[in-house]
Amino acid sequence: MSVIVYTESENGKFKKNAFEVASYASEVARQMGTTATAVSINCMENALLGTYGISKVLNVQNEKLKPFNAKAAAEIVSKALEAEGASVVVISSSSDAKYMAPLLSARLKAGYVPNIVAAPESTAPFKIKRTAFSNKGFAHTEIKTDIKILGVSNNAFGTVETPTDASVEDFSISLDAEFKTKSTDIDKVVGKATIADADIVVSAGRGLKGPENWGMIEDLADVLGAATACSKPVSDLGWRPHGEHVGQTGKPVASNLYIAIGISGAIQHLAGVSSSKTKVVINNDPEAPFFKAADYGIVGDAFEVVPELIEKLKEFKAQNS
Amino acid sequence: MKILVCISNVPDTTSKINFTDGDTKFDTTGVQFVINPNDEFGLTRAMWFKEKQGATVHVATVGDASVEPTMRKALAIGADEAIRVNAVPTDGFFVAQQLAEVVKNGGYDLVIGGRESIDYNGGMVPGILASLLDMNFVNTCIKLEIEGDNVTAVREIDGGKETLSTSLPLVVGGQKGLVEESDLKIPNMRGIMMARQKKLNVVEPVEGVKATEDVKFDKPAPKGEIKLVETVDELVSLLHNEAKVI
Repeated sequence: MSVIVYTESENGKFKKNAFEVASYASEVARQMGTTATAVSINCMENALLGTYGISKVLNVQNEKLKPFNAKAAAEIVSKALEAEGASVVVISSSSDAKYMAPLLSARLKAGYVPNIVAAPESTAPFKIKRTAFSNKGFAHTEIKTDIKILGVSNNAFGTVETPTDASVEDFSISLDAEFKTKSTDIDKVVGKATIADADIVVSAGRGLKGPENWGMIEDLADVLGAATACSKPVSDLGWRPHGEHVGQTGKPVASNLYIAIGISGAIQHLAGVSSSKTKVVINNDPEAPFFKAADYGIVGDAFEVVPELIEKLKEFKAQNS
Repeated sequence: MKILVCISNVPDTTSKINFTDGDTKFDTTGVQFVINPNDEFGLTRAMWFKEKQGATVHVATVGDASVEPTMRKALAIGADEAIRVNAVPTDGFFVAQQLAEVVKNGGYDLVIGGRESIDYNGGMVPGILASLLDMNFVNTCIKLEIEGDNVTAVREIDGGKETLSTSLPLVVGGQKGLVEESDLKIPNMRGIMMARQKKLNVVEPVEGVKATEDVKFDKPAPKGEIKLVETVDELVSLLHNEAKVI
């Protein structure tokens, strides 16, 4: 009755969230008195998972699975679950994982709980804490089915090293000759942090007055190795792409550091970023609601504070690298 | 083309969230309910297919009689008919099973739901529904074009977007991007009057699996006082030494 974890990779290398879900799966396995087995597709560094407590890796190499196909991935994970006699599947909160999860849930008649923020509270009955109401609250959810799917929030559990010897076994299944839903093009920023997995997110709002002023936001993000984001009005105005909109109806942010520049802090925005660990607000209006939700703040004009911050961070980086 | 838009009745995005009955239930006191925003983008896209491609658009939800004002709003926006499955939507798996029955009986070619509801954030109903009925599925869909049975869809992925080629019958998990915020329709008086004449069918639920149950809720711990700093130097130092994030 082992625990299965789906560890995602890209271009042969594990994504950051793979080590977090592996750590999480190892903890669930420990609580259940069993071991954790990873399902890894087209990855070339499978043995690394041993560091995070994975004792077996089912290595799938198949050109048809480049790029990701949700239905095929669900099929592979459910076959792995059967082969291992497992009862729990752990996945991440990536867009791919959230695409696959409901397909897997229907297939396995398994209760699926997304957005999990902590290790299970108990495994019999199976009870787990997750965010609800778009991060305005938490739910403690009991899963009543025999098979359980656990979707772990980004950056909530973290990575935990519990070195184990991971055995890597080839695992192959035959897939449909042709997928009914096919990828024809991927348009993706390469070499830049994304909101989903960045340690630091730099976000700006209408206080920046216009899209022409985003240069300094991108500069600040570059210095910090951060992803850029924006508030809802900014994406509605077309100043920035929709993919950068964070908040209740946009993307959630769970970074270590979130810097909000010229964002007043509407309740919907604050909900979306509440899982970030440290929040900094820069705003010229001391009454902006964001000052009540942040850890550090500067009351000041973004057009003065941000360039100065970029300079100071460059000095800091030069001294500390 | 026959389209079903699945709608969830959710607290308005500005709502403060509280719990009641020993923190076992969401407190609806003073809460305004609306069409789930992710569903509303899908409904508006469905209206486009109705106007430009002659599609028929029905809306469905799982809920008790209290959700009917939200269904009437969807009818006022332009849906032709509404279906309410008379059950409390306690869990995504159960809701998907109920909607699957509606889809089977209605013979829909395209089902559009939201990527997730903004209350319980399950994000599973469209995908489970697709899988139960063996329909194609596109999640986090930000663009949808249909010619005959051929579908071109764009989905949001982490850090970008992916174009997919698929076909009807299809289930979509939609979100902003399917239409722009400025395309969303506010019902006009004529729409509201017409909505009163449209059919709102109530059907009883079929037996379904309740896979999960929220047994207790709580709220995030209150935030400590903010530290206001005067200089950028001080901020950099705090982020490095105290917060340890740079």
